[in-house]
Amino acid sequence: MADTARDPPPQPADINELKDGENLHPKPAATQESEPASLPALDISSNSNGPKQDSLFKDDPEDLFAEATEEVSLDSPERDVLLSDGPSPAITPITPPISVITPRIGHAHDDMYTHSSFDEIEEEEGGDSIDMHIAVSDPEKVGDGMNAYMAYKVTTKTSLSLFQTGEFSVKRRFSDFLGLHSKLASKYLHVGYIVPPAPEKSIVGMTKVKVGKEDQSSNDFVEKRRSALERYLMRTVKHPILLKDPDVLLFLESSELPRAVSTQALSSAGLLRMVNKAADAVNKMTIKMNESDAWFEEKQQHFENLDVQLRKLHMSVESLVCHRKELSVNTAQFAKSAAMLGNSEDHTALSRALSQLAEVEEKIDQLHQDQANADFHLFSELLGDYVRLITAVKGVFDHRMKTWQKWQDTQMLLLKKREAEAKLQHTNKPDKLQQAKDEIKELEVKVQQGERDFEQISKTIRKEVSRFEKERVKDFKAIIIKYLESLVQTQQQLIKYWEAFLPEAKAIS
Amino acid sequence: MTSPVDDSDKEKMRSVSVDLNHDASLLIDIPDALCERDKVKFTVHTKTTLSSFQKPEFSVPRQHEDFIWLHDTLVETEDYAGLIIPPAPPKPDFESPREKMHKLGEGEATMTKEEYTKMKQELEAEYLAVFKKTVQVHEVFLQRVSSHPNLSKDRNFQIFLEYDQDLTVRRKNAKEMFGGFFKNMVKSADEVLISGIKEVDDFFEQEKTFLLDYYSKIKDATAKAEKMTRAHKNIADDYIHVSATLNSLSADDSTANKKHLEKLSDLFEKLRKVEGRVASDQELKLTELLRYYMRDIQAAKDLLYRRARALADYENSNKALDKARLKSKDIPQAEEHQQHCLQKFDKLSESGKKELTSFKGRRVIAFRKNLIEMAELEIKHAKNNVTLLQGCIDQLKSY
Repeated sequence: MADTARDPPPQPADINELKDGENLHPKPAATQESEPASLPALDISSNSNGPKQDSLFKDDPEDLFAEATEEVSLDSPERDVLLSDGPSPAITPITPPISVITPRIGHAHDDMYTHSSFDEIEEEEGGDSIDMHIAVSDPEKVGDGMNAYMAYKVTTKTSLSLFQTGEFSVKRRFSDFLGLHSKLASKYLHVGYIVPPAPEKSIVGMTKVKVGKEDQSSNDFVEKRRSALERYLMRTVKHPILLKDPDVLLFLESSELPRAVSTQALSSAGLLRMVNKAADAVNKMTIKMNESDAWFEEKQQHFENLDVQLRKLHMSVESLVCHRKELSVNTAQFAKSAAMLGNSEDHTALSRALSQLAEVEEKIDQLHQDQANADFHLFSELLGDYVRLITAVKGVFDHRMKTWQKWQDTQMLLLKKREAEAKLQHTNKPDKLQQAKDEIKELEVKVQQGERDFEQISKTIRKEVSRFEKERVKDFKAIIIKYLESLVQTQQQLIKYWEAFLPEAKAIS
Repeated sequence: MTSPVDDSDKEKMRSVSVDLNHDASLLIDIPDALCERDKVKFTVHTKTTLSSFQKPEFSVPRQHEDFIWLHDTLVETEDYAGLIIPPAPPKPDFESPREKMHKLGEGEATMTKEEYTKMKQELEAEYLAVFKKTVQVHEVFLQRVSSHPNLSKDRNFQIFLEYDQDLTVRRKNAKEMFGGFFKNMVKSADEVLISGIKEVDDFFEQEKTFLLDYYSKIKDATAKAEKMTRAHKNIADDYIHVSATLNSLSADDSTANKKHLEKLSDLFEKLRKVEGRVASDQELKLTELLRYYMRDIQAAKDLLYRRARALADYENSNKALDKARLKSKDIPQAEEHQQHCLQKFDKLSESGKKELTSFKGRRVIAFRKNLIEMAELEIKHAKNNVTLLQGCIDQLKSY
């Protein structure tokens, strides 16, 4: 809904805005893969559910300023947070990035959710390559016993003017990442942004690390987590809106971060989250939304299918990892056995050849081990990430349903109040009547807001899904190519090893 | 199922024993076999220029039990005590693919039709592989017998090749004649006897030590090689599932990803075929090799056992002679008996030495051939994989 972004006409900065507004329309059509009905002011009204509010829309796309009543700045993030699910830890105020954005776009005041800014940002970043690279490295154990934790170094390299320097690093622990995600989720999920999920907690894994077991399995665990955290951050900053979020910037830049206590698994906040999740699940089942927008229905189905298939694929790949590890172990055992056989063999040349065979097989078992790691870190983790991402996407669709429900509920309430008022007309209670009229006025505003919210979230989701799908295709392609290249490497090494062995075998006489 | 096993296949399969079936005077092969439920019926085909046979060319149907009968009669023939009797072919074992087929049937609901078909194909291929292996192993047994100068002339062998009626009756008689008694004795006592006897001959001392140790090592190596092959097969199966799911994903996809997924699904399908070949080649060249020589070494150990028994007999006869001399009774019989034992023992030692030496030569040649072939096949498959993978990568990059 472009018109919500506009300041009332009298302001001098308008001319720019008008231009922006005009430019606005072709762009969404380009980024949307669905029907041309994505032109905001025009078609959302035809696609939205519920009664149309004529006063809000004019068919003329130029006449964006016809609606001069509310601005979306009423729709402040803080307010929405209060209405959305889950308690949120202290949220840093949003104002700083506005001052960052506005100089570029030229708005007097603006806020995060204006679509013009969204599109401008997309254009700026070029959509495809974000000039930003985050590395998570150097895991080190801090503290002892059950209070110990792993601290990771987060290094950001960027040329974006958003940051003060081009390269900087901070130390963060796992709960900091969870805290960041929690903040982002509470700010953006309910308005339709797909917030990448954080890596999962693992009580077993962490306990082993805390207890100080310096063995391969805890090293593997730390490495798995480090890699997951890196991928999480990269996905988060690839999102043009999330990148500008002050919490994200704080996370990447500031040397001291307040400890995110409410992310603990067994905290009261954690329990409250679980309760809310359960309540949500129940609600979802009872919401029956009249979906008049085929796009949403189609997309929901699409994501359901994708979910099922990705989980299946993930399982198959996990099985592959398991079997390849098994192959590695079996090959190592065979190598030892072949070496013993070679020692036992009394024919000299054959004995040497058998020993060589044992050596080759030993090298090959290492090869299989490495390949199993590649299978896991590239292929399996990619699929795992996307299974979780799809869950986030489905969550966003659910929020849209909830938003619709809220709007409907408010409408119901308005209807009731109107009925009540009609009844009061015939009684002689002037102050009660006035009260009723006041309430109705309030509710009318709320209803309008509800409808706007619903349209907003629908529009946002369309954009987000399009961006998500593009990202997904790119992501898959890049990682799959990397994975295939790892397979190629393994095969080429195999060739080398066997070609080295061949003359040994031929030398048996 | 019947399987006409053509020559090129056989050449590939007949890997474990070399220099067989080159003597034109007696050529034996198993050109085809029938699998009925669990029983395999082999068609044994003989071509000969020897006058001891009634016809120059003939075929007979034989069962696995007939081969065992032949092997046992050879083992139990006194005259062949100094020879390494070719090991009996193992019983055809379809247990593994049958179990897998059963599991597949149970899991049918969880996979797509395509996946199921592919898995079924894999299993059928496995069935066929087991079948081919068992044919090969029975064939090699006969060829070993026919290429041995002494054994090829065995009367029972001739009966086996020629007798156009069911051998079952004859088998039963033979069993009654020899009884299972001898076999049991052989199995239970050999290790102890072989290691316990005081060896006078350096050659046999060495051989004894070597064979005992080698046997346990090769048995272990065979088991480990089997596990390796199984893991390869599991990976090939995983590739089937991955390919099938990628295919489903591609069908649902309407973005640019669709082409990627199709290519990928195709790639994994091809990769799993290669992986399957890697598994079966490794099995044939390595596992089967080890398995065969494990059995052959057991046969060599049996020879050592028989010789050790002959030595024990000789030593006992010496004691008996001394006793007779003391008592001055039955001296000529004792002397004769002692001479007889000595002769037997000498004969066994002489032929045993020859056999064991040629056995080593055979073994070295077979290992060499198979290790070379295995390395060459591994290289071929890996190169194939590289081509497939690189091709897919190039295509993905170009989309």
